Amino acid sequence: MQLSFSAEDEQFREEVAGWLQRNLTGEFEQLKFRGGPGDEHMFPQERKAWEQKLAEGGWTCVGWPRAYGGRGCSIEQQVIFFEEYARAGAPGRVGHIGEGLAGPTIIAFGSQAQKEKYLPGIVAGTELWCQGYSEPGAGSDLANVRTRARFDATRNQWLITGQKVWTSLAHESDYCFIIARTDPDSAAHQGLGFFLVKMDQPGIEIRPIQQITGTSEFNEVFFDDAECGADDIVGAPGEGWKVAMGLLGFERGVSTLGQQMLFQNELDEIVNIARDNGAARDPVIRQRIADAHIGLKIMRYNSLRMLSGSEDGSLQQEALIYKLYWASWHRDLGELAMDVLGMQSEILEAPPYELSRLQSMYLFVRSDTIYGGTNEIQRNIIAERGLGMPREPKVQIKVQDSQ
Amino acid sequence: MDFRFSDEQRMIRDTAAAFLAEVSDSAAVRAAMATEIGYDRQLWQRICGEMYLQATHIPESCGGMGLGYVELVAIMEQMGRYLLCAPFFSTVCLAGNALLVAGSAAQQQEYLAQIAAGELTATLAHTGVTGEWGAQGVTAVYRQRAGQYVLDGKLRYVVDGHTADLLLVAAREEGSSGEQGISLFAVPAASAGIERTWLPTVDQTRKLAEIGLSGLAVPASALLGEAGAAWPDLSKTLDLATIALAAEQMGGTQRVLDMTVDYTRERVQFNRPIASFQAVKHIAADMMLKAEVARSAVYYAGCIAQEALSGDALGAELPEAASVAKAYCSDAYFANSADALQLHGGVGFTWEYDVHLYLKRAKASEHFLGNGAHHRERVASLLLDTPNA
Repeated sequence: MQLSFSAEDEQFREEVAGWLQRNLTGEFEQLKFRGGPGDEHMFPQERKAWEQKLAEGGWTCVGWPRAYGGRGCSIEQQVIFFEEYARAGAPGRVGHIGEGLAGPTIIAFGSQAQKEKYLPGIVAGTELWCQGYSEPGAGSDLANVRTRARFDATRNQWLITGQKVWTSLAHESDYCFIIARTDPDSAAHQGLGFFLVKMDQPGIEIRPIQQITGTSEFNEVFFDDAECGADDIVGAPGEGWKVAMGLLGFERGVSTLGQQMLFQNELDEIVNIARDNGAARDPVIRQRIADAHIGLKIMRYNSLRMLSGSEDGSLQQEALIYKLYWASWHRDLGELAMDVLGMQSEILEAPPYELSRLQSMYLFVRSDTIYGGTNEIQRNIIAERGLGMPREPKVQIKVQDSQ
Repeated sequence: MDFRFSDEQRMIRDTAAAFLAEVSDSAAVRAAMATEIGYDRQLWQRICGEMYLQATHIPESCGGMGLGYVELVAIMEQMGRYLLCAPFFSTVCLAGNALLVAGSAAQQQEYLAQIAAGELTATLAHTGVTGEWGAQGVTAVYRQRAGQYVLDGKLRYVVDGHTADLLLVAAREEGSSGEQGISLFAVPAASAGIERTWLPTVDQTRKLAEIGLSGLAVPASALLGEAGAAWPDLSKTLDLATIALAAEQMGGTQRVLDMTVDYTRERVQFNRPIASFQAVKHIAADMMLKAEVARSAVYYAGCIAQEALSGDALGAELPEAASVAKAYCSDAYFANSADALQLHGGVGFTWEYDVHLYLKRAKASEHFLGNGAHHRERVASLLLDTPNA
């Protein structure tokens, strides 16, 4: 076991930190610590410009292979990049869905033509992506997708009809990758296709969802015979589930340490408030602050284990528990923030409903334990894949409204 | 950065695991725990003579293997997993670390060499009747008289204190308080002026004793380090021991999960293995989360302990790493043991099944060297009791 980074990696750290210090200035100064979870709707245009600034410096897609325009960074260097990015207070990335999900999927499963068409725009920070998986009837039961894709041979186009939901940044995005049913008689994981769809077209309508924060980062997206070129399906019709799930096995969580840096910022703010307002003298609050600190420390150690990888590349136990762990930790941090603030936690920044950063965090964390696999689904996955416990027997229960 | 066991570390862990699976099964644990000394002397001789586990992190200059703290942590994890009844924790992790941290070269040559050779068992006696773990817990007193030290007082909760050959005793100069005036002495347990009393315990797998000192006279050569200035060394010793204990707790945390998964997969109710019910699976999933998080905390703390022993930069994190690991592992081990008992249903309440042995070890280990609340308060103090920058 070796905890420290190599001299070469430490030099890389200085390079990243130096670049951010020189460039996160001027028009970008206002973006510091903005645009993260719960704040993703803020400064979209300025953050798009920042994305391109990053691209100029070669700081987008740092983990992608050089052949696809990436920086070809090692795991250690990616960790360092995300840590320094968060430490500098650089803004939430509007390009993260393209860089982290769409691009790697296209690299792994896409055709040569798709790689040439889509990857450069992601690397350049000029084309943004959103994700179309969830639907009103396909939440935890993600395979229950109803959106249909029917091939129109005369137009040489796929025509997509249906509804996606919880699509973040939909109104800012150029493209959406979606799973839709290519075989209308199929069910569950069978008969799905993975499509790359242009957002700016008459067949697509976007409606923002107002959240408990009062803000709207998530959207509903309605497809009404939206067009998708014959060449813009990734893999064959029917292989959509395999493509959509394909990346999960490779996920080692390089961005998790950056996320933890944001958590650390939040915890630091809470600690400072507690020292100022006297909450730090309350023995119960002291226990809870220490518990949060301990939880975050171990979150980092857990990530270091994840990143070091297993000997055979298999998904490791510490990776299986990670989502449940951080989401539950962050949810508790939201409550701690409010309890440290006491009555002051009730006072808005301004009417009608402008929240402080910690108030917004306290509310937004309620989504952490739901999106990306609820805590309950995570526990099923842990028990079944991690512990080998049997699945629940399938029972057919008649549902009156099948929607 | 590589946060994985090396091949050699994995081999050491696996060898220890295979050995302990054979010699520390349920029958062996139950036989040992029913005795007053609490362990099988022949097994202890095998541990020392065949496996050299006690010599793991003792320097080669003292006849040890000269391996690191990560290796020791890997072994402690397995000992916790198999609930080993032996004077290993007391001899190696309490007394051994005290000698490593505070002993002179001559004291190390004398005592560590005997420990490495399997010829000496030892323990650390530092807390008094109140059972406090900080400096204020040191209540035995000493005074200097004619080039000797004379010790008086009562020490309690001394692991294997009734059987150890050598006692490392913490006492404070008469009239001193807090972190001042504390000294450490190495004293043969058979000395006149020492009365040792076994304290029967709820957790029978680790034995505790009370040590009474009345006019115990020891020579100046028994002193470890400088008179009255031992608190930093004692504190470091306790942090190192705390990490070893956390490793043992983590091994138990994992073991009760394994037992629970095995049992619930076999136990059939409503025509299904109960492991197929989500109500059961979700508890098991939370247990796995605790075991994995505990593992991350312990392995990191093991690395930090090694850095602290070799004087490297990250060694400064030792107190925090120890408290992080002990706070988490204490709560995780008890919670998992309690959930294990619950998921075993009625049989978990029987003496026959082993779950209660872990539940009891978990609670005892939780309190020893400070429970979760104690270590969280230590962390809180580091975080909160300095003014805002």
